[in-house]
Amino acid sequence: MNEAILQVRGLCKNFSGVTAVDHVSIEVRPGELHAVIGPNGAGKTTLMNLLSGDLPASAGLISFRGREISRLAPEQRSRLGIGRSYQKTNIFPAFTAFENCRIAAQSRTPRAFHWLREARAYDVVMNLARRALDAVGLAPRADELALALSHGEQRQLEIGMCLATEPQLLLLDEPLAGMGAEESARIIELIGRLAETHALLLVEHDMDAVFQLAKVLTVMANGKIIATGAPEEIRANRDVQTAYLGAAQDSLP
Amino acid sequence: MNGLNGLNMFYLIQLLNAVQYGLLLFLLSSGLTLIFGIMGVINLAHGSFYMVGAYLAYWLAKMTGSLWLALPLSLLIAFAIGLLLETTIFSRLYKRDHLYQVLLTFGLILIFEELRSILFGNDVHGVAVPELLNFSIPLTDTLSYPVYRLFVTFICLTIAGFMYFVIHRTRTGMRIRAGNSNREMAASLGVNMPLLFALVFASGVALAAFAGAIAAPISSVFPGMGNHILIICFVVVVIGGIGSINGALIASLAVGLADTLGKVIAAEYSAIAVYLVMAIILVWRPQGIANRA
Amino acid sequence: MPNITLSRTPLIVALLLLALFPLVGSTFYLQLGAKILIMAIFALSLDLLVGHTGMVSLGHAAYFGLAAYVLALISPKYEAANLWLTLPAAMGAAAVAALIIGALVVRTGGVYFIMVTLAFAQMIYAVFHDTKIAGGSDGIYITVRPELNIAGFKPLNLENPAEFYYLALLLLAFVFWFLSRLLHSPFGRALAGIRINEQRMRSIGYPVFAYKLAAFAVAGGLAGLAGYLAACQFGFVNPDILAWHQSGIVLMMVILGGMGRLHGAVLGAFVYITLQEIFSTPAVLGDYAKHWQLAMGALIVVIVLAFPHGIGGLIDIALRRYSYRHPGRIWRDAK
Repeated sequence: MNEAILQVRGLCKNFSGVTAVDHVSIEVRPGELHAVIGPNGAGKTTLMNLLSGDLPASAGLISFRGREISRLAPEQRSRLGIGRSYQKTNIFPAFTAFENCRIAAQSRTPRAFHWLREARAYDVVMNLARRALDAVGLAPRADELALALSHGEQRQLEIGMCLATEPQLLLLDEPLAGMGAEESARIIELIGRLAETHALLLVEHDMDAVFQLAKVLTVMANGKIIATGAPEEIRANRDVQTAYLGAAQDSLP
Repeated sequence: MNGLNGLNMFYLIQLLNAVQYGLLLFLLSSGLTLIFGIMGVINLAHGSFYMVGAYLAYWLAKMTGSLWLALPLSLLIAFAIGLLLETTIFSRLYKRDHLYQVLLTFGLILIFEELRSILFGNDVHGVAVPELLNFSIPLTDTLSYPVYRLFVTFICLTIAGFMYFVIHRTRTGMRIRAGNSNREMAASLGVNMPLLFALVFASGVALAAFAGAIAAPISSVFPGMGNHILIICFVVVVIGGIGSINGALIASLAVGLADTLGKVIAAEYSAIAVYLVMAIILVWRPQGIANRA
Repeated sequence: MPNITLSRTPLIVALLLLALFPLVGSTFYLQLGAKILIMAIFALSLDLLVGHTGMVSLGHAAYFGLAAYVLALISPKYEAANLWLTLPAAMGAAAVAALIIGALVVRTGGVYFIMVTLAFAQMIYAVFHDTKIAGGSDGIYITVRPELNIAGFKPLNLENPAEFYYLALLLLAFVFWFLSRLLHSPFGRALAGIRINEQRMRSIGYPVFAYKLAAFAVAGGLAGLAGYLAACQFGFVNPDILAWHQSGIVLMMVILGGMGRLHGAVLGAFVYITLQEIFSTPAVLGDYAKHWQLAMGALIVVIVLAFPHGIGGLIDIALRRYSYRHPGRIWRDAK
């Protein structure tokens, strides 16, 4: 029995009167890519923010590997093994692509405040950064400033930074947003590979990618979960079709 | 019986002083916090406007012989100065980094201080309380309270009430509140932002100057008077939260109380009392009382 | 942020020129030179915070002045203090104060941080100005400069202007070297990351509060080094050394010189003090020389309005053009 690495029970988030996330319960298992879909404004990104710790929850429980993390700060959750990529590209524009991954990899250095040796002398960190950059296919662009990268390359870097922290659970928030077909294919392939070794929670609008990759689908609307299950079940689900027909008719294949 | 009465009266006097000081601070900080909240500008020279008002009052009172004339004139002149400064200098700061705002307004402080030195010298000058108000209300055999201070409190309350009215009951006030919470949205809804900014800025300057003018008979006019009170205003804005008028009012009164209480308990350490209050608030609620950072 | 420091050659040339200066300078210029070197240390300490970590502190003079006061307070009345004891004590006091205040203020950000750093510095000013702890507004005299006594051997006599200048130069070189190493280290790179995107640093696992607090304390300690030297040189300490005017001036030096580049802070100190000297000599402004701050203020306003990237930015643009034609000569690549 594959034990759930992430367990969420009754998670809620209220913003002075508006309930953005309404009693959401979800589980993520390693090797089982779990995708969250839903119309715009369903609360998917808010859910991600609650899981990564960028937003404090109003109520509910989040457990990671059996340990409750609902009250932990983002940096503490990251150190436990949770990695997050952002929908709105959230990189270090003034650093090179390599430096972006290096600084992410460095966060795992055992003694934090090393101040005498040059940062580039730490082989372990440098190698980890190189591997992460390779994994997302950005090795040839390593020495470019991140702000000079194309939008798609920045999205790749976004994931690369995530990987450089060697997480066990990956929270990917619309990684394919704004990408062209060729870049998307590369990233979809990468995500597929990652799903074999990591636990992955993916929020996406690209339905082709979702149905290609996901083993479990959760559909959200108006902050609530309206269905969870295998992709075929979801496709046939009446409530899901209503939710989508209400929003965008042709987004469900 | 007399001793107890005297003690009560003593505390009453301290309370009245605290409220008066707090309300003066409110006049100053409300301008500062609005300029902050709406235009996003940190203005170190705000204390200089207080000084400008005080020296204007001193000079006009000397020239016209009447503080009654000097007060409204100072207000109008300060408003005009505010408009001038906004259109020539401050409007270019809105988009700049806080760092450069700090630098430029620091330069302005230097300019204002030196101009004051050139025009009025470096001595302390007194300003006479108007004849009409130049008496005290007796409280006990030995204690009495100056009517002018009551007058200052009264005026400040009136202005505060007027501000509340404008901000919460008028269209202009609505636009100000809109600009305060979301600048871009207000602009896209058709509010004339440049005009609004100019008015808010000039009003802030006028308020600060008026505070200086009306306080002049109490505190006198002297070099550096603006800088000290500016930092106290910063404490008020930190405690009350940027952009919050209500917060500024509560915080001003709290600071007024802390300062007065500090003077009663230990005169030498009274200045520190205010900062201690701020330190406590920072430990308890790092984002300030009313707003988030 | 590719270029943090100059490559070796320009640095060595600059150091050499500064070291040879006492051979040609008169006592007056030696004292002025030492003053510039001391303020350069002060500016470098603030640059660590402002330029490199993105924390705009408007109360840095508190640590500068605190160290000066510590020397004044523990200095014997008519004898020389021992530098080996008093300097660490002064720097330690400044660093501890920065640690305590930092613990309170580092959690705030943006404008709040600017205001609370200013307020706490003002609190310390109030302590020294209003109370009798350290002579109040009258200040304290340091009649004899500290001595560097190692078992009877005195390598430098600090009462001699040239030798004091060399001490200041040595310490400036040390601080410059120390900060250069720091900024290229993992700790320094983390600070740079915090400046660029603090929220992302948190989300990849950095305890940002701890890093910022450490930077604040180190900056405070280094400011204390400058303050100690300033007290040595001037021989007199009064509350003005902690005044927010002082905090504003050092911030000005950092911004004008161009932030985030160590040599920029040194340049800023040099330019400011030179301008101050020029404006305050009667030859330039005549009778208004004592109102030189008016000219300084006006210059600042003009510079901020006219140059969005500061003076340092201009120099950088010129140097960048040169370095494209001669790669490697000016910048040490710090990718």
